[in-house]
Amino acid sequence: MSTLTALARAQAFAEGRAQPLATVRHLHLHARPLVLIPYTMAGEPNAPLAAMVGTERDDPQVLVVAQPRNRDDRFAFAAELAEVLLPYLESFTGETEAVAIDRGRDVRYRYTDAPQLWVPNPGGVDFLRLFGRSTRFRSTEGEYAVPATVPLLGRWLTFFGNSAEVAGSSLLLTAVQALSSHWATGQSSAEDAQLAALMGWLDPEPGRTVFEAAAAAEDPAVTPPAGPATDPGFDNDVLAPLISVAEPDVAKLREVLREQLLPTWHLMWRARDLLAQLPEAGRVASRWDGDRDAFSAFWLHVAEGGAPQPRRDGAVAAAARLSRLENAASRYAVQRAFDDPLIMAEYRLVGAAFEGEVTLAKADRVDDTGRRPVLRPRIMVRTTETVRVEPGAVLTSPARPAQKATVISLQPSGAAVDVVLELSGGMGRKLVAEPGSVPEVGERVLLTTLSEAYRPGGAFPEPEQTPWTHGGPPSSSLEADEQ
Amino acid sequence: MTPAPHQRNPDPALDRLRGDTPAKRHNARTIAALTGNPGCTRRAVLDAAGVDKPRLAQTIGFPAAFGQSRFALARGNAFEAMLKDDGGKLLLEVLREVLDLDVPEVGYDDLGEDADDTLSARHARTRELFGRPEVFSALVDHPLLTLDVAGQRVFLEPDLVAFQVEGRLHVVEIKSFAIVDGQADSAKVSAAAVQAAVYVLALRKLLASLGHDPALVSHDVVLVCPRDFSLTPTAVVIDVRKQLATLQRQLTRLASVGDLAAELPPGVSFDVTLPPADLLASLDRVEARYAPECLSACELAVYCRHEAAGSTAALGRPVRDALGGVETVAEALALAAGTREPTPEQAEAATLLQAAARLRAEILS
Repeated sequence: MSTLTALARAQAFAEGRAQPLATVRHLHLHARPLVLIPYTMAGEPNAPLAAMVGTERDDPQVLVVAQPRNRDDRFAFAAELAEVLLPYLESFTGETEAVAIDRGRDVRYRYTDAPQLWVPNPGGVDFLRLFGRSTRFRSTEGEYAVPATVPLLGRWLTFFGNSAEVAGSSLLLTAVQALSSHWATGQSSAEDAQLAALMGWLDPEPGRTVFEAAAAAEDPAVTPPAGPATDPGFDNDVLAPLISVAEPDVAKLREVLREQLLPTWHLMWRARDLLAQLPEAGRVASRWDGDRDAFSAFWLHVAEGGAPQPRRDGAVAAAARLSRLENAASRYAVQRAFDDPLIMAEYRLVGAAFEGEVTLAKADRVDDTGRRPVLRPRIMVRTTETVRVEPGAVLTSPARPAQKATVISLQPSGAAVDVVLELSGGMGRKLVAEPGSVPEVGERVLLTTLSEAYRPGGAFPEPEQTPWTHGGPPSSSLEADEQ
Repeated sequence: MTPAPHQRNPDPALDRLRGDTPAKRHNARTIAALTGNPGCTRRAVLDAAGVDKPRLAQTIGFPAAFGQSRFALARGNAFEAMLKDDGGKLLLEVLREVLDLDVPEVGYDDLGEDADDTLSARHARTRELFGRPEVFSALVDHPLLTLDVAGQRVFLEPDLVAFQVEGRLHVVEIKSFAIVDGQADSAKVSAAAVQAAVYVLALRKLLASLGHDPALVSHDVVLVCPRDFSLTPTAVVIDVRKQLATLQRQLTRLASVGDLAAELPPGVSFDVTLPPADLLASLDRVEARYAPECLSACELAVYCRHEAAGSTAALGRPVRDALGGVETVAEALALAAGTREPTPEQAEAATLLQAAARLRAEILS
C-alpha cells in the first residue's frame, strides 16, 4: 500500500466520502457489455447454480440449474449460457480493419470492435475460468455427448479467464477491481471486496451516510451476496426445501434466484455509470486495440479448428506467457502514470519522478565530438521534490514521450536540487530543434525514470528444444490434452 | 451420565467468566484461529473460558454471519463417508500412493462415534492403542487427542491417523474442496495445514506422555480432497513444519491466559444471560486487537470493528503501516497536515505523509 493510497483511505474515513485514486478512467468502457453474475452450489467444486446475464440493463436473463449435482443439468446450463455468449461474440465479427505490419510491407485484419464481459468480483473470474476448464474438453459424441456449443463455450471462457490476467486488458472486467482502482473508501480492502459495501461508499442511496450504506450492505437478508458463493441462510431456508425434492419447481426456483441476483445486477450497472463519469485516459484506446487483436486472433484460431487450450501450459509456453504478462504489467504501470498525474504522484513521492522549473536552457547545443555533429540541448531543472536518480540515468517527460533526458549532474542548492539534463530525440531531424521541442526557461516539467520504450519479448526455444532443466521436450502433445 | 471431561474446567477464574452456561468446545479450527491473531487478549480469554461467542455477539447486538450451508456440510460428510466406507478401502488406495503403505499389514481401527459422551472412553482407547506401537494398525479412525491450550485441556479429533511402513505416523486430513489440475484454493489449503499441524502437535504430546519418541509423528501430513470436478479422491503430502513452529510459539504465549483472567476485576462476566449493558461493560475491560482479517475468523469481530472505528488498524495492516503505524486516523491526518508534532519515530512517516498530502492537494485542486 502506497502512502498516497493509505492517506486517501484515511481522508475518506474522516470525511465520510470516497476519495479519488485516479483522475481519468484507465479502462475501456464498452457501450454494449455482457454483464454476468454467476452463483455456484455450496460445497460442490464450481457447480453452477444460477446466473444472471445480459447486455441490456432492463432485461436480465436468469439461467438456473434445477439439480446442480446432476451433470446433465450442468451441461444444459452450459448450453444455455453458450446461447447467450456465442451470439454476443459473433456480433463483433462483422467489420474488420487493416493493420499494417512488417513496416508496412504487409497487412493483417482485425475486428473493429470486441466483446467486454463484466462480473462482480475476482471470484466470478475464477468461476468462469474453472467452468471453462470443465467444459472445453467435453466430447460431442459417444456416451456422454454434449451439444457442440458446450466445448466451444469452454474455450471462450478460458480465453476470457486468461485475458483477465493481462494487466490493462478490458475484455473481462470485475466491478470490484475496476472501482477500487479508481476510488479509495474509508474501510479495509476486505470490506471493499463485497461489491455492495464498496458501492455503499461510492454511491450511497440518497439520505444515507456511507457508514449506514456500508452497514446495510453487509446484511445478507437485505443485500444478497454478489456471488459466486450464495448466502448460507438462503441455502438452508429457501433453496434446500426447493431443490431437495425429486421434481423441483423450476419456475419458483427461477423466481427466488432472480430476487437474490437482481440487487447485484443493479449495482453492476451503477458501477459502470460511476466509471463513465471519468474521462477516458489517453492510452486506453491503444490497449483496447491490443484486446481487439487478441479477440480477432482467437476467433480465427477457433474458426480454423485449432485445439482447445491445454490443461496446463508446457514449459516453453508457460515461460512465454509469463514473459508476456510481465511485459503487459510493466507497460500498464507506466501508461497509467503517464496518463494520470495522480498515479504519477506515487512515483514523485518515492523520488522516481520529480517536477521542477527549467532555470537554464541551451536549445542549440550541438555535440560535435563524434563522427557527425548531433543536436544535444542541455537544460537545468530546479526541484524541491525528492530526487533519487544518479548521473547517467535516462529520464522521460510525459509531455515529450519521444525525448530522452540523460542526467549529467545533480547539485544541491539550499532545499532544492539543480538537475542538469542532456536531451536527445523528439526534436526533428535538423541541427536546430523544432519549435517547442526543447523546454524553455520558466516551464514546469516532470521527469521520470519510467519509460514507455518498446521492450522486446524474450526469446524462447521451440517446445521440442525444451532444456532438461525444464523437464525436457514434452513426450507427446496428446498427454497435455487427455481428459 | 458422567459429566464429559471437557466440562471440567481446571481454571476457576476462567470458569467464573462464563457464568452457568456450558463451555463451548475448542477444536482444531478454533485453535488454528487463535494463531491468526495472537495479540488479541479478548479472543484468548473468551475462547479459553469457553464463552459462547456467537450468542454473546447476538446479545450485544452485533451478530456475525458465520452460517454454513447445509449443502456444503452434506457434501463434506458424503465425501468422508465414501472414503471410510468398507473399512476405508478407497482411502487406503489413495494413501498407498503417497505414503507407501505396506499392503498386507493394513488394518483399520475405528475408535467410536463422534459424540460428546464418548470423549473419555475414546481418549482412553486412543492412549491404549498408541501405547503399544508394535500393534499399530495402518489406519486409526476417530482417535481422540488432547492438547493444553491456555492452561486448559482441549479434546481434538483428527479425521484419521495413518501408519507408514517405516513406523512413522501421519496425520490425514479429509477436506471436500477440490484439487483441480493439481491446484487448489490457497486459503483453504493453508487453513487445512494449520489444522493438521494442531493434530500433529497433539499426537506428539500423546506419544511423549506414553514414553515414545514424539518424532515418530511425521511433519508431513496428508490432505485428501476430491479431484477435479468429481468425487474421486486424490491425496497430497504437505510439510507443516512452519505451521508447527508458529503454533508452538502461540501456545506458549497463551499459557498465561489463566493469569490474565485472574487479574480481571470481580465484576467482569461474559455470562450470556446477563443484560447487554453489563456484557458491553465487561468487554470493555478486556482489550481486543481488531484487524479486518478477524471478520472471517472470529464471531465477535463485528463488535470489535465497531469499537475500533477511527483506528488505522480498522483500515487494514497495509494501510496502518503506510500511515507510519500511528494509532488513529485523526492522528495520521494531523501528521499529514503538519498540525501535530511528530515523535522522533514518526518523523520519517510524517515527512512522507506531508509530501503525499501536498501532492494530492496540488493534483486534485
